[in-house]
Amino acid sequence: MFELIFFSLLNGIVTGLLLFMLASGLTLIFSMMGVLNFAHASFYMLGAYFAYTISLYVGFWPGLIIAPILVGLFGALVERYGLRYVHRWGHVAELIFTFGLAFLIEEVVQFIWGKDTKAYHEPEVLQFALFNFFGQDFPAYKAFMLLVSIGIFIMLLLVLTRSRVGLIIQAAISQPNMTAMLGHNVPLVFMGVFGVGSALAGLAGVIAGPALGTFPGMAVVLGSIVFVIVVVGGLGSLGGAFVASLIIGLLQTFAIALDYSVSDLLAAFNITTAPDSALRDLWTLSLPQVAPILPYLLLVLILIFRPTGLFGKRET
Amino acid sequence: MKIKSTILAGATLAIMTVSSAHSADTIKIGFIDPLSGPFAATGTNGLQQFRYAVEKLVNEKGGVLGGKKFEIVPYDNKISPKESLVQLKRAIGEGVQYIAQGNSSGVANALTDAIKKHNKRNPDNRVLFLNYSAVDPALTNAKCNFWHFRFDANADIKMNALTDIIKGKSEIKKVYLIGQDYSFGKAVAAAAVKFLGEKRPDVEIVGNELHPIGKVKDFTPYATKIRASGADAVITGNWGADMIGLGKAIGETGLDVPIYTYYAANDGITKTIGASGKNKIRLVHEGPANPPSTPEYEAYHKGFKAKNPEKDISQFRIANAIQMLASAMDKSGSAKPIDVARALEGMEFTSLHGEKLMMRADDHQLIQPIHISVHTDENITFDSDNSGFGLRTESTVAAADTALPTTCKMRRPK
Repeated sequence: MFELIFFSLLNGIVTGLLLFMLASGLTLIFSMMGVLNFAHASFYMLGAYFAYTISLYVGFWPGLIIAPILVGLFGALVERYGLRYVHRWGHVAELIFTFGLAFLIEEVVQFIWGKDTKAYHEPEVLQFALFNFFGQDFPAYKAFMLLVSIGIFIMLLLVLTRSRVGLIIQAAISQPNMTAMLGHNVPLVFMGVFGVGSALAGLAGVIAGPALGTFPGMAVVLGSIVFVIVVVGGLGSLGGAFVASLIIGLLQTFAIALDYSVSDLLAAFNITTAPDSALRDLWTLSLPQVAPILPYLLLVLILIFRPTGLFGKRET
Repeated sequence: MKIKSTILAGATLAIMTVSSAHSADTIKIGFIDPLSGPFAATGTNGLQQFRYAVEKLVNEKGGVLGGKKFEIVPYDNKISPKESLVQLKRAIGEGVQYIAQGNSSGVANALTDAIKKHNKRNPDNRVLFLNYSAVDPALTNAKCNFWHFRFDANADIKMNALTDIIKGKSEIKKVYLIGQDYSFGKAVAAAAVKFLGEKRPDVEIVGNELHPIGKVKDFTPYATKIRASGADAVITGNWGADMIGLGKAIGETGLDVPIYTYYAANDGITKTIGASGKNKIRLVHEGPANPPSTPEYEAYHKGFKAKNPEKDISQFRIANAIQMLASAMDKSGSAKPIDVARALEGMEFTSLHGEKLMMRADDHQLIQPIHISVHTDENITFDSDNSGFGLRTESTVAAADTALPTTCKMRRPK
């Protein structure tokens, strides 16, 4: 049991931090422009595919640097020539634009790279078990993912709170008009944030590709969960996104690890259920089976009881 | 737009008339499977294997019935049962009397019903269904019918063979079952529980888990759970991305137990799992690839790879289906589906691998040897996905031992 909890904790943190890399960019973009970027997870997928292609020629490590930069440039272009253009027709147009973009990217990826899973592997230096605990290995690559995510978090935190650029970004988030009046180029800030956010998503894709598989459906399986994190964490709050990512990551991992059903819960209160009752399907529903809906349940609860999110200052 | 589509329709019609002009000396086999959408890779791979089998095994040898050639006509069903019925109508309208389909038992169930009805209503224009891959046991049991022939082993037969192997492995004491949460995943789990209970009551089933199909992004939590359960073996019916994810995650925990699977090979899976599943992943299947069985098969395999370097012979049963169809036609001296079906019933046949196969008359299920092969890169002559890794046969269950009783009550037309 201890073994299960220990590894679930580790896996939960790895998943959570990976989600954070996606969510951090999205939450900044969302709070700044007021647009939910549906294509955000598609940038994550692009990152993985770019890095896969680069790794075929020059190996994993250059891909780790080049792929996110390419994705970031692509994101900046999308903002400059796509979003800014449709912005004149309001938020709904922007929303639909990103929605369409997500589909477009998925189709183009299938068109270029095909439909099957790509053999994108961890670099060989990291293909060993970092440590062995109760006979179970912890892959070094997972630890690498952990380190990169933590590094990104610290870097973002420092840039946003300690640097001049961060100051302007913070100002542009809350008072875009005033910031513009003071002589700052707010559209440029928007483009930069969108680009950096996309690059972060791309970086997440680069390091997640070998671990979680590089296939055309990879954006879809992660896309919706990132929105949950942004809302649960609170708009524009990097700390909120961090905490929410960890909560969701741990929630999903532990829900799969712990085999409890509704009837076990009721039994704890001395309520027994008849095995032939009409609600039998409900009683036998186990935690692993409901694991995929738990984040969305959390989303609904947060929206009801704390619409600003855990650390947010304004309502979503 | 309207004018355009009229022109297009006219052109299609013209092409159709041209192609049916020389249909007198060809026998068309309608291939109804996904050629677009998420399962297109599997469908097109099957199509190439059919085309090659027809060319190599029938047409190059002078055809059937003194010179008639086989022709594969592809119809895209987008893996939807509804679309399949539309394509079936179209195929019948174009003079196709033989239908081949394999991907998804849902589609096979729809097709077998539709063909049964069609044949009842149109005794002069009957159609035969060659099922090369759909493994739902019901198709040759409760839902069996005279016009359906299955060339793959059904899910129960495979599980029966697999548990025969497990029976002989006394080191396996704890088994973990994991599968996708839908009919096939549940059928595999149910069969595993049933057969293990009969053959190895001492084996403890330490986990019987279903996960959402195609929605799990990270299988590590499942792998951790499997590891913590102390399982000595894992059985899964997973396919596609779910199989890759599970195989990789189990490999990464360092768990060194056999993982028995139905579909963990080819179509990118072998290449992606690569070294992380070496000597762990095992496949229950027909048609052994390594070690090479006969010179005939070797030549067949090499010929296919020369023509389709990016594809693999992932479904050897396609060659069996084509050869048995041709030999049934020659035997009966007729290309009429009813005569061919009668000749196929009970037919005994030696495959390219030199294996003895028998089309059981009671339920039209092909009875064939079943192999358990291991995913490895040692002693591999014919690899998969050009990855160096492939399947090497470890154990074989003889054809007679795989035959399970059937509940089919076959009703034959007079």
